[in-house]
Amino acid sequence: MAGKRMTEADVVDRLRSGMTIGIGGWGSRRKPMSMVRAIVRSDLTDLTVVSYGGPDVGLLCAAGKVKKLVFGFVSLDSIPLDPLFRAARQQGSIEVAEYDEGMVQLGLYAAATRLPFVPTRVGLGSLVATTNPALRTVVDPYGGEEFIAMPPLELDAALVHMNRADEKGNAQFLGPDPYFDDLFCAAAEDAYVSCEQIVPTEDLTKAAHPVTVRISRMLVTGVVEAPHGAHFTSCVPDYDRDEAFQRLYVEAAGDPGRWAAFGDRFLAGGEAEYQREVAALAAEKEA
Amino acid sequence: MAAVGDPTTGDPATGDPTTGDLAAARAAARAADRAEACVIACAEAFRGDGEILASPIGVIPTIAVRLARHTFEPLLLVTDGEACIVEGTWPVGTPAPGPVESWLPYRAVFDVVWRGDRHVMMTPSQIDAYGNANISAIGSHARPKVQLLGARGAPGNTVSHPTSYWVPKHSARVFTPKVDVVAGVGWDNGERAGSAATRYMQLRRVVSNLAAFDWDPKTRRMRLLSVHPGVRVAEVAAATGFDLVVGEDVPVTRPPTAEELRLIREVIDPKGMRYREVPP
Repeated sequence: MAGKRMTEADVVDRLRSGMTIGIGGWGSRRKPMSMVRAIVRSDLTDLTVVSYGGPDVGLLCAAGKVKKLVFGFVSLDSIPLDPLFRAARQQGSIEVAEYDEGMVQLGLYAAATRLPFVPTRVGLGSLVATTNPALRTVVDPYGGEEFIAMPPLELDAALVHMNRADEKGNAQFLGPDPYFDDLFCAAAEDAYVSCEQIVPTEDLTKAAHPVTVRISRMLVTGVVEAPHGAHFTSCVPDYDRDEAFQRLYVEAAGDPGRWAAFGDRFLAGGEAEYQREVAALAAEKEA
Repeated sequence: MAAVGDPTTGDPATGDPTTGDLAAARAAARAADRAEACVIACAEAFRGDGEILASPIGVIPTIAVRLARHTFEPLLLVTDGEACIVEGTWPVGTPAPGPVESWLPYRAVFDVVWRGDRHVMMTPSQIDAYGNANISAIGSHARPKVQLLGARGAPGNTVSHPTSYWVPKHSARVFTPKVDVVAGVGWDNGERAGSAATRYMQLRRVVSNLAAFDWDPKTRRMRLLSVHPGVRVAEVAAATGFDLVVGEDVPVTRPPTAEELRLIREVIDPKGMRYREVPP
């Protein structure tokens, strides 16, 4: 069968302004950052982003790519808040649909299973019910209680980063948590998987249990080999979060002058240039 | 050295040198401070929980849960902060040494939440008399003055299983008449939303650096449960932006036992991270 190898640029070519894009990972963990950076460099705009938010959200907000964010939280984990997301909210530059984080899963599940809604008690009595005007309730036909009807979060595209994949799109996590990456892929019309390394199919399960191959090729449109593609978020066991770089990101984000310099150095060029500058920065610190 | 059996050391049995724990007696020589009182009050929130997942958020709640599990609530389950449930009692701020009991990725956490086998302790930026709690945004939701974390799991936690709150710095800004945004559902909003919301709701406890609280079962308003040693009831009332339910005799938060103090100081928080939340 034909391989699905592509580059980040190929992925961006297949995306359109106005699309709804789901981004895998969790907080500042295993985010498909090389594809996010490619979107930052593109002329895409007016995106609706669905994410268990981390620096993916901050970067896309700061680059003016986000029309609407569907989220439960945005956090950098070791640093609780992302300054670029906060700025976007406080300036009123993005719309939001804020849900309980579990409801995001239910919405993705509804989309993945082609259901019109999933009933849940989650959200009742909270901001979820009062700030999402389109959200409806449904009466339990058996018991009569009123539940929230969580609608499907249908994605035009999903972007996820995994540890390994084959070129057909079977993809594997080797860290502690698959997060919801397979669900993002299943909820999407097209799913693009970046990974640390593309390997022959038989290598996926040589040393790891098949349960780690969480994403099946039937869900996947394209596979991007992106070593260090999750940087500066964690991609355990290949690498931990680059805490020093994350601090640099946060410090730069708090100051327009420094943010411009950060952008010039790290975001203006392509992915190879980004990785080169990250390595150069680490070498400067060693010296 | 303080006399063994001094009331500040709590349980005279564990402090009795004839039972041989000299280290515990020595640790107890320095009376428990406010941060340690907070640890005890937070630990007490989990008393009686049995075999459920305890999810403390913040340093003092984390110390408290490890202490509770090590002593009076041994069946509690705790995670390593990633995706595993782990055994053991280890220092805060260090990786869990294991051993791993079972796997608990985020997806399974949601299942536990919705099944109800969990007690979370969250840190709200605002909380009101009925227990509505805000971790989402200060100001208007449409355009916040200060964007916080987001709703996270608070809406689901509060309608699904026991929920407690930890407030490291008690003030009328935090204990407010009305929260700007309802992330954690309070009794009044739960009741308005109907029985699906309230069926499993259990707002359990609030612990601050001044006192511990629960809710009056009749009025569902926050009730002063105990003040920490050295705190006056009037002081708590003055630092609270709404009227508390206050009984005739407000007890003092129980002091730690000598063994609890030793565990806090030498085993669970030897570096004194608790003082980042409640300075000495």
